[in-house]
Amino acid sequence: MEHIISVLVENKSGVLARVAGLFSARGYNIESLSVAPTPDSSISMITVVTSGDEDIIEQIMKQLNKVIEVLKVVDLTEEDHIDRETALIKILAKQAHRDEAMRIAQIFRANIVDSTPQTYTLEVSGDAGKIQAVINLLKPMGIKEIVRTGRIAIARESL
Amino acid sequence: MEMTGAEIICESLLREGVDTIFGLPGGAVLPFYGALSGYPKLRHILVRHEQAAAMAADGYARATGKVGVCSATSGPGATNLVTGLMAAQMDSVPIVCITGQVPRAAIGRDAFQETDITGITLPVTKHNYLVMDVRDIAPAIKEAFYIARTGRPGPVLIDVPKDVLAGEKIEFEWPAEVDLPGYNPPGEPDARQVRVAAHLINQAERPVILAGHGVLISRAWDELRELAEKAQIPVITTLLGIGAMSTEHVLNMGMPGMHGMAYASLAIDRSDLVIALGARFDDRVTGRLSDFAPGAKIIHVDVDATEFNKNIVADAPVLGDLKDSLRALIPMVQPNVHLDWIKETDTLRAEHPSLFIRKSDVLLPQQVMKQISDETNGEAIIVTGVGQHQMWAAQHYGYKEPNSLITSGGSGAMGFEVPAALGAKVGRPEKTVWSIAGDGGFQMTLCDLATAVENKIDVKYAILNNGSLGMVRQWQDFFYDKDFFATIYSGNPDFVKLAEAYGIRGIRVTKQEDVAGAIQEAMETPGPVVVDFVVKEDEFVYPMIPAGESVHEMLEEPEAESIIS
Repeated sequence: MEHIISVLVENKSGVLARVAGLFSARGYNIESLSVAPTPDSSISMITVVTSGDEDIIEQIMKQLNKVIEVLKVVDLTEEDHIDRETALIKILAKQAHRDEAMRIAQIFRANIVDSTPQTYTLEVSGDAGKIQAVINLLKPMGIKEIVRTGRIAIARESL
Repeated sequence: MEMTGAEIICESLLREGVDTIFGLPGGAVLPFYGALSGYPKLRHILVRHEQAAAMAADGYARATGKVGVCSATSGPGATNLVTGLMAAQMDSVPIVCITGQVPRAAIGRDAFQETDITGITLPVTKHNYLVMDVRDIAPAIKEAFYIARTGRPGPVLIDVPKDVLAGEKIEFEWPAEVDLPGYNPPGEPDARQVRVAAHLINQAERPVILAGHGVLISRAWDELRELAEKAQIPVITTLLGIGAMSTEHVLNMGMPGMHGMAYASLAIDRSDLVIALGARFDDRVTGRLSDFAPGAKIIHVDVDATEFNKNIVADAPVLGDLKDSLRALIPMVQPNVHLDWIKETDTLRAEHPSLFIRKSDVLLPQQVMKQISDETNGEAIIVTGVGQHQMWAAQHYGYKEPNSLITSGGSGAMGFEVPAALGAKVGRPEKTVWSIAGDGGFQMTLCDLATAVENKIDVKYAILNNGSLGMVRQWQDFFYDKDFFATIYSGNPDFVKLAEAYGIRGIRVTKQEDVAGAIQEAMETPGPVVVDFVVKEDEFVYPMIPAGESVHEMLEEPEAESIIS
């Protein structure tokens, strides 16, 4: 089962290597990885999507906590959360497909950020399901290239 | 007074109470050595291979309870430490290693003797540092020692570029505190967890204590004995827990697992409660997990939460320092006597004489170990390598005190015997130290006999010489159709001549009747001595629970049957 885990770490050189190395050393899987500083520039947030059964996830959480520079580990899958990713999708947009491409962009509130007579590049954000849906719809036209960020997530506040 | 980075390291080490450093200099670390030579209070012991530096620091730490320290240069000097770091990591031993690195401007340009040692050692250190500014040296050292010795101890490496060692000078300032917001080693346990554990102990009818390395690390052997005696619970010690309770104590049931005593493994198998104290349910102890302690509830007391539910699901985990946890637990445990259970364990001991040594015309390694035990009255520090000799040393020596067996358990690093013994003797000079070596492992690190000679480190080396890579050969015999491929050592040197080449006494023993005399002679001869015990080649370590099997598939010494009446 997929879990999205946020890891708050000290923003020091080598921390990302240590966290990633921990996953590979113990044979845990990294589906996606995203990392950026927080408003406190000495602290960064690493968001990792991993999968495994309950025992594996428990071990992953505890092993992450053990790393000296790790400040906090939260399994967002366990609570209500918002899950987002951004994708840049370059499609082959010949005359016949151009209108359809624009319609899809409109439906999914994607932006066309680059345009040539042969291609469009769409920028789309959303949860994993939405991104996959857009990609599926665009595939028949011919996708030249896709670049995705990792998934990030944030807990929902309770009322 | 303004100081260089190298001098700051020396001052910082003094502040941490260091008095011994094992190391070997080189280009990148030379400025540190330049400073070190002006600090006579920091005794530097020059080794002959950096692996010995790391393993000597390890042996020193295990023998004394202090943080061991070693130093090496960049590149190959640093990589030579890696096996020693892994050994310390796996057995939770506190050491701090200082390595020189190429100058900052050269990093990442494949400079001479450059390597990314912090990258290489990420998985084999508890933590590591690349110090890029002289102002960060003192805080790094203070943190390194704190991290190494607290919580679950482990090795910490500090990599310092040459131009940080010998560049800008600053005022030395020893930090008042460490600032590690992400590191919070547990102390006192949670009262509820302790209550649950106490309840289980009070209800149990067939309890056993499984005492691991944590008992020694936490210096909780008095508490262990108190708990065991209060509720009359048999104590089984893992390899790394040996010495936590004297082998002479009536409740000590020996070592379990792959080469443990049969009665210890059987007692666990029949128990209804396993109280694991600072033990991690390693596969050498448990065998096939699904068949381990099938009828028992599990109490797991440990300072490292990652061990709970890693191999075994704990019914009652107790997170905390072991000494604190036992102090909280003991008052809640009722005095008890499990008469039937004790009788049952006594019967197990009688029916499975796992320490039986049969008669033989050829010198047996088990006999040598037993004799060393008798001649030293069980009061020496025994340092071993890895293999058959290690198992016989664990089985046949009558350990009385904590920290009297120093052995590479989790890592199983051959060659540990020579350098770790140096560290142990330097740390505990008043004790007799015997290094028990296999002829295989001995040849991996024997170059550091020179270190013993040069520094007059009075270690007695006993080589249990069977001319082969014994343990591997045993596996080939049992599981690989006796295909003794690549396990016969036909090119061994004459170890007596080798000792004499180092200027020390060498004694060869080939007969049982000469063993005691040789041991006495070795101990009466001042300085290091090598005794080459030529033992039976194809001797097997019994009992054996093959890997991945359970106590039901245990193989026992065939001739042991004959002494059970």
